[in-house]
Amino acid sequence: MPARAGRSRRAGGLVLGLSTAYLTLIVLIPIAAVVASSFEGGLSAFWDEVTSPSAVAALELTFVASLLVVLVNAVTGTLIAWVLVRDDFRGKSVVNAIIDLPFALPTVVAGLTLLAVYGPKSPLGVDVAYSRAAIVVALLFVTLPFVVRAVQPVLLELDREMEEAAASLGSRPVTTFRRIILPNLLPAILSGAALSFGKAVGEFGSVVLISGNIPFDTEVASVHIFKSIEGDNPAGAAAVSVVLLVLSFAVLAVADVLERRSRRHDA
Amino acid sequence: MSIAVRQVTKRFANGFVAVDNVSLAIASGSLTALLGPSGSGKSTLLRVIAGLETPDEGDVSILGEDVTGVPPQKRGVGFVFQHYAAFKHLTVRDNIAFGLVIRKRPKAEVRARVDELLGLVQLDGFADRYPAQLSGGQRQRMALARALAVEPKVLLLDEPFGALDARVRKELRAWLRRLHDQVHVTTVLVTHDQEEAMDVADRVTVMNDGRIEQSGKPRDLYEHPANEFVMSFVGPVNRLGEAWIRPHDLELRLEPNGTTSEAMVERIVHLGFEVRVELVLDDGRLVSAQVTRSEVEELELLEGQILYVRPSRTTVFSGTAMPQGRP
Repeated sequence: MPARAGRSRRAGGLVLGLSTAYLTLIVLIPIAAVVASSFEGGLSAFWDEVTSPSAVAALELTFVASLLVVLVNAVTGTLIAWVLVRDDFRGKSVVNAIIDLPFALPTVVAGLTLLAVYGPKSPLGVDVAYSRAAIVVALLFVTLPFVVRAVQPVLLELDREMEEAAASLGSRPVTTFRRIILPNLLPAILSGAALSFGKAVGEFGSVVLISGNIPFDTEVASVHIFKSIEGDNPAGAAAVSVVLLVLSFAVLAVADVLERRSRRHDA
Repeated sequence: MSIAVRQVTKRFANGFVAVDNVSLAIASGSLTALLGPSGSGKSTLLRVIAGLETPDEGDVSILGEDVTGVPPQKRGVGFVFQHYAAFKHLTVRDNIAFGLVIRKRPKAEVRARVDELLGLVQLDGFADRYPAQLSGGQRQRMALARALAVEPKVLLLDEPFGALDARVRKELRAWLRRLHDQVHVTTVLVTHDQEEAMDVADRVTVMNDGRIEQSGKPRDLYEHPANEFVMSFVGPVNRLGEAWIRPHDLELRLEPNGTTSEAMVERIVHLGFEVRVELVLDDGRLVSAQVTRSEVEELELLEGQILYVRPSRTTVFSGTAMPQGRP
């Protein structure tokens, strides 16, 4: 037995080592490189880049648009998941498959499609191209699946008898949803929302065509970074990148804490 | 009558008739068991009474008021589920308080009522735990307190001990009986376990294939079963031709006396005070006899031994007529 335990411990160590090496290579080194290059000119140069008016405008726009998108997603994503789990209708499996389309579609194709539908030549007569609204529409499109796919399995597993018990205790459907169903879905909604925030903050492909990239108006952070590189300002690009990185990380961390708190009862 | 069910039929979407033209009256303050095998319609009938299922035909009234079209939240029934249906994001206290909180009762009143119920279901020290931190038996007692909190007109229990192990089942059974004697709320208990039904209930209704086979006191069902189904469902039974014989009505003798048949002891099963003797008759049929330990010692029974058996009491059903007991 000790021999086998030793071998399995060695095998475990190997797997851990390989995963760590892989993560280092794929995630940590590139991130470190970005952080390092952002501080090449020293702390003050970094600060100057980050607080340059165009950088601030881009970051502000990105942050506000992403936040808005996350709030919308939390509501609509939960609603869509609800319909997919609780309702029966023709073509349900088709709708279910369509949810993943934004994941499968190259984002620049998504941008092109949105431009065709909501651009100057819109067949619907809705032209939002080159406006901030266009950015929100593009971000909503690419982040659609996150909350839906996080909530759906939890809703499927939810004990329907809890709702029947609540009903027999005198609870109306709205009260049951608010007091029983929603608290049980909250961890899933939060984790889906955090992931869609991360995606929205860094989104480039779907936004770049439809937003018009007008500085101080519709230029998002990722486009700002791209322009900085093209304008031969890699330090500026790296500095804004680091801010995005910190922002995404902070949101994931906060979501994780909230999720843990709302899960504390699942001993 | 506390609950009256009149000619209720419930069909499911796949065409299965779960409850087939059932009428049933349940007396105020009684503890009635709906007993039957799985698929007999007993749980569906209970859910129809609670308003969790809508009957296709017939009507239901509670305390004289027709509630057939009334949604479950307005029926004033307490319902307890086999798998507890605990609100897992709420503490034991908040679970029990739920029905009172949504009725917007004053905080102090809710607190006092919950404390009282915690005592009643013996969960005094557990108010701040979450359901996941309780055992199955504790969770079910919490669910019972939650149902009792709103002072329901009737209490409906759907296989409440079905998910628990045998020892806890027996304890809770006895406890439920004592609780019922304390609280006196009209209670309907669904179970597939005849021993459980006989143990706790004042009255037992036996269901099979969506219909009621017989209703009565536990002892009446056992001694005067209306038909073969009830005879075989409410206790172990031997069948010899047209005659049905309970294992304890089979007499064992060492010598033949003219009315006995020869049998070989195949197996002796000691169940504590009782002993089950499995026998093979000379024509190859198997029967079992139930005797006491002292009888086994007296007869010096051994496996492989030849014995002579005689039924002391048999029941014969002719068609659907009443059974004839023969001493």
